Amino acid sequence: MATNIHAITMPRWGMTMTEGRVVAWLAEVGDVLSSGQEILEVETEKIANALEASASGVLRRKLIEPQSTAAVGSLLGVIADANAGDAEIEAFVAAHQLRQKSEGAAETSVPAARLVDAIDGRINILSLGDGTATPAVLIHGFGGDLNSWLFNQSDLAAARPVHAVDLPAHGASSIPSGSLSLESVTRAVAAALDDIGVKRAHFVAHSLGATVVLLLTRDMPARVASLSLISPAGLGTQIDARYIEGFLSAERRPQMKQALSALFADPTQVRREMVDEVLRFMRGDGVPAALRGLADNAFPGGKQRLLLRDVVASAAVPVQIIWGEGDRIIPASQSQDLPPNAKVYLIEAAGHMAHLEQAGRVNELLADFMAAADAAEKPTRSAVR
Amino acid sequence: MPQKSFRQALNEALRLEMRRDDGILVIGEDITGGKGATGEQDAWGGAFGVTKGLLKEFGEERVLDTPITESAFVGAAAGAAMTGLRPVVEIMFVDFLGVCFDQIFNQAAKFRYMFGGKAVTPMVLRATFGAGSGSASQHSQTLYPIFTHIPGLKVVIPSNPYDAKGLLIQAIRDDDPVIFLENKMLYDEMGEVPDGAYTIPFAEANFVREGRDVTIIALGRMVKRAMEAAGNLAKRGTECAVLDPRTLSPLDADSIIESVEQTGRVVIVDESYPRCGAAADIAALIAEEAFGALKAPIIKVTPPHCPVPYAPELENAFIPSAARVEAAVARVMEFRR
Repeated sequence: MATNIHAITMPRWGMTMTEGRVVAWLAEVGDVLSSGQEILEVETEKIANALEASASGVLRRKLIEPQSTAAVGSLLGVIADANAGDAEIEAFVAAHQLRQKSEGAAETSVPAARLVDAIDGRINILSLGDGTATPAVLIHGFGGDLNSWLFNQSDLAAARPVHAVDLPAHGASSIPSGSLSLESVTRAVAAALDDIGVKRAHFVAHSLGATVVLLLTRDMPARVASLSLISPAGLGTQIDARYIEGFLSAERRPQMKQALSALFADPTQVRREMVDEVLRFMRGDGVPAALRGLADNAFPGGKQRLLLRDVVASAAVPVQIIWGEGDRIIPASQSQDLPPNAKVYLIEAAGHMAHLEQAGRVNELLADFMAAADAAEKPTRSAVR
Repeated sequence: MPQKSFRQALNEALRLEMRRDDGILVIGEDITGGKGATGEQDAWGGAFGVTKGLLKEFGEERVLDTPITESAFVGAAAGAAMTGLRPVVEIMFVDFLGVCFDQIFNQAAKFRYMFGGKAVTPMVLRATFGAGSGSASQHSQTLYPIFTHIPGLKVVIPSNPYDAKGLLIQAIRDDDPVIFLENKMLYDEMGEVPDGAYTIPFAEANFVREGRDVTIIALGRMVKRAMEAAGNLAKRGTECAVLDPRTLSPLDADSIIESVEQTGRVVIVDESYPRCGAAADIAALIAEEAFGALKAPIIKVTPPHCPVPYAPELENAFIPSAARVEAAVARVMEFRR
């Protein structure tokens, strides 16, 4: 009896996604698929992306026609061993659909983010996943927000609670009354994590967010279970100052589109919806001034102010660095000559946003790394006991 | 993000801006329930409830309830704007602006130009427009083409609560006279609206929906009808882009041309009269600038050239419907040279 039957379901890419439209199938029934292979093009109001196979096997069923829309979590197809019986697959489909019916409302509801008190203002946090494993915390970069983890958070949440944070003056967090610095942002993040009871976590951080978690590691090491830094700031002085200036001064779609294009190896990733979303955020009263203040603090004179390679070297926890080979904002060459305790992964066909552009590969690195860090801790604990 | 009505979004815009700048005044008929009237003041918040609560927070000095004298208080507002205040005038129905054309067309719209740029007129005229409420011919018109025709005026037509708030804040901060038109059938529309202040620049069309086959251009309440039609058409395999210009003056010609160059087919849905209307103006722009991209004639979906009827059945037939938009899309899709 075959046991390997896997559901292909409509993913949740971002907290506001409730449904997606299937643009095209990229595989035929009967095709042998390997895990990670692109099988389906899915489009939402905001983004178009390929859905990857979550398991290896044969594509046995397509349950949705191209150009149709399905709710998040609904069954789109079935991957199974070649020798799995048709009856078995039919039973699997029926069971899934029955479950979907009963859980339907919960599955398709939008997970709620919450605002928690930080030192100066409020911080927006979106939490997914549950269980007792050490949680993960996701910290975005300059000018971004927690939605930049839309392809990562729900994947990682299969194994542990995952909290995505909006930095102060970013996303739905409030604008502090005082001026922003890397240090004030770090304190605000720590205070917000205290509010939601996260004492210790695996930190996954991008760009300027990486400087924040390196400061956290330096000043509050007990909070950190592991560090995964994606295109991090804090390891070299060079940064593309023209990008920062272009982003801060873009008032209209064409300028903002041009600025954002520099983030990706493939500039066609920048769709109008993404440009509109960033512009909507930047048009909030006080936002451009707050971000300019943070940029002036973090990158004075177009150079990175804080170099924290020694924090990496002295970290008592596992550290991995993930860098898009085509990063035009912070060059991937800054991953060279890092302290030997840091594992470095260069990602092909990715720019500054490897977690968006090559989500499958990055998710795999993140999940494996955090699982290994958890496993490495267990014997120590039992030895103490 | 919190859900708010179109009405609430406008109220928030006024309130936030009045807190930020004490040179902002609100002027209009019945905006606090009628000055000197007996009974509770500001019980309703203006004829459409948009100014509710402003009197209590900002007082009679800044919330001026006027007699029925549009020509007087629109003229007063233009003068106040020239002296450095920022009046926001509420005109109950756009139809009433007919009695103050001189103040608007010959005075407010011309000051900057005729004083060589040395005078500015930061005035907003808010007015309701549109059919559908059974208010008959003199209270239901969609007169934005008349204001768009006049250089020196900016003309803004929000179609949803988010845009209403951001565009009104932008209008109040603008140094030129702005005609800000609110379709009276949209006041109870709900949508996501952030609590804080934000702006939406003029001349930036909103791509409400992406689609490869036909560009539907729509304004105000017609955006909803266009979206309804596009939803129905998608089920039958026709993908329509829906573009909302949001401001007619200035007009985002670039986005209109960009979308038409992608689809090659255009339907324009406009609640104003068909002759010399917004649809005619946009159609002319496309014919001039994107003729080579067109695969079919440009179709306008408008009311007939007649006053807005009072009889409910006729009024309903007067307003462009989703079904008429769908029929127009079918025509451009079926067109063969």
